[in-house]
Amino acid sequence: MADLKHLAPTPTPETKPFWEGAKRHELMLPRCKSCGKHHFYPRSDCPFCWSNDLEWVKASGKGKLHTFSIPQRPIMGIPGPFIAAIVELEEGPRIATNLIGVDPDPKNLRCDMEVEVVFDDLTDTVSLPKFRPVSKSA
Amino acid sequence: MTDFRNLSGKFAIVGVAESDELGTLPHKSALQLHMEAARNAIADAGLKKSDIDGVFSAGRQMSTETAEYMGLRPRYIDGTMVGGCSFLHHVQHAMAAINAGLCEVALITHGESGRSRLAMPNMSAPKDSLLWQFEVPYGIVFPFTAYGFIATRHMHEYGTTQEQLAEVAVATRAWARLNPKANQRGPLTVDDVMKSPVLAWPFHVLDCCLVTDGGGACIVTSAERAKDLKKKPVYILGTGEGMGHCWINQMPDFTAATGATISGPQAFAMSGVTRKDIDVAMFYDAFTITPILALEDLGFCKKGEGGAFIAGQRTAPGGDFPMNTNGGGLSYAHTGMYGMFIILEAVRQVRGECGERQVKDAEVALAHGLGGIFSAAATMILANAPQA
Ligand SMILES: [Zn+2]
Repeated sequence: MADLKHLAPTPTPETKPFWEGAKRHELMLPRCKSCGKHHFYPRSDCPFCWSNDLEWVKASGKGKLHTFSIPQRPIMGIPGPFIAAIVELEEGPRIATNLIGVDPDPKNLRCDMEVEVVFDDLTDTVSLPKFRPVSKSA
Repeated sequence: MTDFRNLSGKFAIVGVAESDELGTLPHKSALQLHMEAARNAIADAGLKKSDIDGVFSAGRQMSTETAEYMGLRPRYIDGTMVGGCSFLHHVQHAMAAINAGLCEVALITHGESGRSRLAMPNMSAPKDSLLWQFEVPYGIVFPFTAYGFIATRHMHEYGTTQEQLAEVAVATRAWARLNPKANQRGPLTVDDVMKSPVLAWPFHVLDCCLVTDGGGACIVTSAERAKDLKKKPVYILGTGEGMGHCWINQMPDFTAATGATISGPQAFAMSGVTRKDIDVAMFYDAFTITPILALEDLGFCKKGEGGAFIAGQRTAPGGDFPMNTNGGGLSYAHTGMYGMFIILEAVRQVRGECGERQVKDAEVALAHGLGGIFSAAATMILANAPQA
């Protein structure tokens, strides 16, 4: 495995609970207590209704591969080819991620296929949520 | 408050130019490219440096740097920076400023050492930025990855094919072959595109724009002031701007340029022209998918039919929809923020200055740009008369 420690982001106050959740291998989303909607990336206030009465909830970790592309060459130390993806979470928001656990060949992929979260421990303090296809036997 | 439609035909683009050279220019800084383009545009307009009282510039950490380098002390400064279409936004902002009496002769400049990277500002994202927190660790860094998301979803929802994407590159190259300033002028077929290496599926290398050095500039003034200048004025009939998102993870609809659905209707409403009146269309073409979305979201065809619209080389020389006649970002030049060059070509087509690639009787041109990853958008309609 390539050493990708240099990719670890630095959380900000409004994103910290998300990154703390990821460290525990939990996908945390902000939800607005006023309008009930989840949003992502995490903000200080609900982008839909501007309420600042937010709570953090654990997401199911299930979603659909909304779209993807497959860079062929290494990028930022990530060996190519790899699958860059946008996943639409069951709760509604979309998240940019990588799809892993499947060969990076368009033949194996289709938009809206079911995926689930897995966590990649990048450093001692940062884990990245990534996604893999839901296995048919599961 | 005035009705925005009252701005139609009241302003004109009176000077356009590129830098002295385009291409691979390891002997020129980005600022020199701004300077050369500004000097050439002011000469094209028949104006003097001292006439300039507004400076509009993007791509520097501070827009005052461009004015400083050129020895200008304008009374109006605009540093709107929304990516490659910033210069189309600048045109609309210049109209507003001139209309308000805040400046009279607006210089809009672009200079970018996109290939050689000489004296380029540091635009890298800090590790606590939204970009680094939510995209960079996944290798979502280069535009081809993010634009690929849009092509993939468009293919999924509407059956757009990689061959249709390739048709865009082929038609654009056919125009480039008629433009002596174009960077890539060799013959190109759909097969060539399909056989070129995959850069990021679904894009082949030849679906992606060039990376070159260069600059461009244009001068905007009132229609009144434009009357007695060197070149025939090119009147601005309509403008609009919009945005859908900033970062790709927030794109509201991965098959639509939401910004264009805001900028387009306003530009058409201001102009009083219809889609049928457009003689030549200049669409930002960072990737082959980009003009396909512009065609759909500006209403030249139905949503999802952009691929079919473009098939059969309809947008190539001799086709019934002349598009990207300079050879585009795909074959003419792409410095990184290509939008200035679509303004230059739209103006030249309306002036009738395009030589071999001139669209016959081109009276009305549309220029449409995007910034970021379909994030910002700006649309402009130009004509050889103040009213269509
Ligand atoms: Zn809310």
